[in-house]
Amino acid sequence: MSDITNNADTPRIVTSTELVAASLKRRRNKQLRLQMVGMGAIFIAFLMLFILVGSLVATGWQAFTQTHVTLEVFVDPEDIPADRLPRGDFDDTLEAALGRMLPGVDMEDRETARAVQGILSNGAQFTLRDRVVADPSLIGQTVTMKVPTSDPYDQLNKGLIERATPEQNRRVKDNEIRWFDTLKEQGAISKPFNLALFTNADSRFPEQAGLKGALVGSFWALLTCFLISFPLGIGAAIYLEEFAKKNRISDFIEVNINNLAAVPSVVFGLLALAVFIGWFGLPRSAPFVGGLTLALMTMPTIIIATRAALKSVPPSIREAALGLGASKQQVVFQHVLPLAMPGILTGTIIGLAQALGETAPLLLIGMNAFITSAASSPFDSATALPTQIFIWADSPERGFVSRTSAAILVLLGFLVLMNGIAIFLRQKFERRW
Amino acid sequence: MMKDSMETKLDVDAMNVKFSARDVQVHYGDTHAIKDVSVDILDNTVTAFIGPSGCGKSTFLRTLNRMNDTIDICRVQGDIYLDGMDIYDPNIDPVQLRAKVGMVFQKPNPFPKSIYDNIAYGPRIHGLARNKAELDEIVEKSLRRGAIWDEVQDRLDAPGTGLSGGQQQRLCIARAIATEPEVLLMDEPCSALDPIATAQVEELIDELKANYSVVIVTHSMQQAARVSQKTAFFHLGNLVEYNDTNEIFTNPQDSRTESYITGRIG
Ligand SMILES: Nc1ncnc2c1ncn2[C@@H]1O[C@H](COP(=O)(O)OP(=O)(O)O)[C@@H](O)[C@H]1O
Ligand SMILES: [Mg+2]
Repeated sequence: MSDITNNADTPRIVTSTELVAASLKRRRNKQLRLQMVGMGAIFIAFLMLFILVGSLVATGWQAFTQTHVTLEVFVDPEDIPADRLPRGDFDDTLEAALGRMLPGVDMEDRETARAVQGILSNGAQFTLRDRVVADPSLIGQTVTMKVPTSDPYDQLNKGLIERATPEQNRRVKDNEIRWFDTLKEQGAISKPFNLALFTNADSRFPEQAGLKGALVGSFWALLTCFLISFPLGIGAAIYLEEFAKKNRISDFIEVNINNLAAVPSVVFGLLALAVFIGWFGLPRSAPFVGGLTLALMTMPTIIIATRAALKSVPPSIREAALGLGASKQQVVFQHVLPLAMPGILTGTIIGLAQALGETAPLLLIGMNAFITSAASSPFDSATALPTQIFIWADSPERGFVSRTSAAILVLLGFLVLMNGIAIFLRQKFERRW
Repeated sequence: MMKDSMETKLDVDAMNVKFSARDVQVHYGDTHAIKDVSVDILDNTVTAFIGPSGCGKSTFLRTLNRMNDTIDICRVQGDIYLDGMDIYDPNIDPVQLRAKVGMVFQKPNPFPKSIYDNIAYGPRIHGLARNKAELDEIVEKSLRRGAIWDEVQDRLDAPGTGLSGGQQQRLCIARAIATEPEVLLMDEPCSALDPIATAQVEELIDELKANYSVVIVTHSMQQAARVSQKTAFFHLGNLVEYNDTNEIFTNPQDSRTESYITGRIG
């Protein structure tokens, strides 16, 4: 054993114990280095994640609140006569209400009056209109209303507009800051949870823009995607795994399904544009078309997950059923498929989560249109969460910066939720044979 | 050749033959797993298949209910008759055959369903019960014959997979009985069981032979000696010797049989 280390220069006898000891040290060091590299990699990965989520939260959290002004609105029958509803000078009514809270401001001056009105969100007058239309008895009375401020005042309230900036570089002028402070001293300014972020559809005005349209669009698209890709994917997987003869053709199909799962999503978008919209004449921007496109991408994922789940059902169960005289079809549908279902659902949810985050194909089929109402069917025009993020990220208004981050957080929240469900299913129904 | 085997069949009919196999060959791809095996398996008898591992015991057993059909590369040649009916005839549906020839596997394999549903599955798919009461009756009768009724009667809704290994195997036997087969094939049914469970299953096998033809593959010669009346010794795919169990163990005709039972090959 030891003579391999003997040579002319060092005629020393090395015992095998010493050799093992030396090599053991080398092996230990190697293992230690490997562990360090691994831990370093994990640390960097977590750091990245932390930076990503941290920066999103840092910019996005402000969008979850919205500055509001509480107004005592006298619904003047002169401005809003009952017989002309729903028309009426609702903006003048609000303007008057603000004017009463800002003593010393010359509301007769049109310019000033318009600037004062600019404190309020453009949507405030419609909120008032809807209230009065719903209850015309309010005419002639004073109602308390909490209405959102316009974006610049929201930014000012959140400290995103620096008061120290020279006036000409500031969106809110000195006198406007004074008005705002006056309102604030009266306790009329509040900053509640921004419910509108979830109940409003998109808008040109950041303070009114919400994700409802995108959420509804994503819902329709995912529903379509699920209804198409789930049965088709499972059907294809069952056929391939359980019934198809293993030969060249089935190998070829298998390779191509795996390839399909790796095709860049933008290619599916182009395909959908050409086929679904070009040939079949389906409507642009419709979540149904989006869902079809996403189904193309989700199907390979579901097929692969289903085949793996079917494969993992132990042969002993199949044999047991076959041995009792069950037909192949009964074996598959009464035994194998139910046992594979948790695995299939896990794969499906993960596939749908991927589909939820897909942007490129939806951009190509026009789901990045500016749409101010939520779709009431999958055939109406709509945006989806990722395309809404894309639109907002592209908008110049300051208020959309934090809303973009907030929308990303909402999207991430859904992804985490879906993956959480997948993990829960896997752990709950995982079977040890 | 066909005529030949028919005659042989008729010869032994008088002796209460259940299965008669003639010149059976089984190939897995290029592997020749069963070579020219002819054998008559009797009704109301426990027949043991013994032999060193890999000699083709399981393979031959599985030709008797056409379980080998489910293996793509497996090819079966020759003739096998069940009560004079050629079970490899193209008109025979293997699914129907398997209802008649039940099978119990090496590893207990209850369905991950309730004990009740395990037993009821076969009768349900074959339409053996017209209503719930009849099904209940079949379940109870099968569990009783499987010698496990006393242990599970108050928890029929519990999962079958939650039972002990020995109980699971008796459940599987009861499940096979529930479809009212005529033959029970058992492939090393005790190899995953402890000695006590093994004794229980052996006792059960002994009772079953009153109603069934039982074929059991075993690697334990003691077990073969204890439970069987007929023993077939397989070696390298050949059926070397087939005789009364007593004869095989006390007076083997072939030197290979003798070597095996005295522990020199195995
Ligand atoms: N599914 C299979 N595919 C290929 N070869 C098999 C298969 N099952 C058994 N064999 C081969 O057939 C021969 C007999 O196997 P088997 O019947 O399982 O033996 P035993 O049950 O006596 O141990 C062995 O050589 C084995 O390798
Ligand atoms: Mg075997």
